[in-house]
Amino acid sequence: MATTMVKENNSGPAQLLGPESAFERTLYPYVTGTSVVALKYKDGILMAADMAASYGSTLRYKSVERMKSIGKHSLLGASGEISDFQEILRYLDELILYDNMWDDGNSLGPKEVHSYLTRVMYNRRNKFNPLWNSLVLGGVKNGQKYLGMVSMIGVNFEDNHVATGFGNHLARPILRDEWHENLSFEDGVKLLEKCMRVLLYRDRLLWFELNSIDSVNGPLV
Amino acid sequence: MSSIGTGYDLSVTTFSPDGRVFQIEYAAKAVDNSGTVIGIKCRDGIVMGVEKLIASKMMLPGSNRRIHSVHRHSGMAVAGLAADGRQIVARAKSEATNYESVYGEAIPVKELAERVASYVHLCTLYWWLRPFGCGVILGGYDRDGPQLYMIEPSGISYRYFGAAIGKGKQAAKTEIEKLKLSEMTCREGIYKVHDEAKDKAFELEMSWVCDESKRLHQKVPDELLEEARSAARTALEEMDAD
Repeated sequence: MATTMVKENNSGPAQLLGPESAFERTLYPYVTGTSVVALKYKDGILMAADMAASYGSTLRYKSVERMKSIGKHSLLGASGEISDFQEILRYLDELILYDNMWDDGNSLGPKEVHSYLTRVMYNRRNKFNPLWNSLVLGGVKNGQKYLGMVSMIGVNFEDNHVATGFGNHLARPILRDEWHENLSFEDGVKLLEKCMRVLLYRDRLLWFELNSIDSVNGPLV
Repeated sequence: MSSIGTGYDLSVTTFSPDGRVFQIEYAAKAVDNSGTVIGIKCRDGIVMGVEKLIASKMMLPGSNRRIHSVHRHSGMAVAGLAADGRQIVARAKSEATNYESVYGEAIPVKELAERVASYVHLCTLYWWLRPFGCGVILGGYDRDGPQLYMIEPSGISYRYFGAAIGKGKQAAKTEIEKLKLSEMTCREGIYKVHDEAKDKAFELEMSWVCDESKRLHQKVPDELLEEARSAARTALEEMDAD
């Protein structure tokens, strides 16, 4: 780590903190996933994402699972830097492990996991070293449905339907028009397929995977 | 059995003339005075049981856990000073998670036992640190199958197919020796553990790691525990009737 004077060079936030800090922060994402779309339906949550990880404009990895089940009650979908997503999965793995080890009949639900992720993302952003992801967290616990989103700067909110990246611009208008309470499973799937088709035309998706979670069966693909 | 180690028992860093470290032996006595803890290795897994003597009628049943999960695939049952036991469990948990974050797989039970044993032994080497007053039965299920280890306050750890510590350890050991463990499944094992732990006014805590629990360490499901309890009660009555 060299100590040099901070030069008056306006090439991004990295320079403001000295050259040695440049080694410790995420500046650009490299291998990225594109949009994730999710909605609440009658019995739970439906989430869809494609199985591609791009390296710039090249479709580099074609069977990447960008959605994972967390504990017994939640589904996490991520867009953005895949390696950061994998790191988040490691944090959550440890979180769920410690929760399971209590063995007391309680388990972390989607609201709790969402809150944890928000804290992690926001704290990283404050250190100028963000996890470059937009996360969608959905789940059902004790019959209560929950669907939320966390962005890489820690902005978080809860809604009946969420999308990340391009999905926000292409899919959410469709969802705003056509979503209603008590969507059946089939209707929900059809709606998501409609969204994914639009994303296919505009965002070059390859093929996608659909995940659903409801109070009876827990996560299933 | 009790010999007064006058003068040689003041510190754990003093040997007696006949080569014993009395402080460690006294620590073992703390274990002997606690409720019985039993572990058995069956054909398809491990069953552990703890006899929790009820200190007060106002205690909530289900509180004061003596069996703790150390990782997904293993657990520890503690006998002796409960607070010392919590420290050992915390250390074991941290060793297990550390191993997994470095090597990417669940810690082999043998490795975990060695690490815990060396930690317990550590506390017998310095005069400013007292030995742990608890014995631990560690059971886990890894690639080499189910394994059971017992770690004593001296830091010794051995692998067993049946182990017991605490007040009723002699009686429990005799009963365990009668069992044909290699042929039993964990379900049957639970009945036997309950049999041995019979005593007045206690709460039984049991856990297992076996194929049936998908190789995860967890509390024995309540219905199974109830069945075992009623079976043990009838067995007890038969015994008393003689």
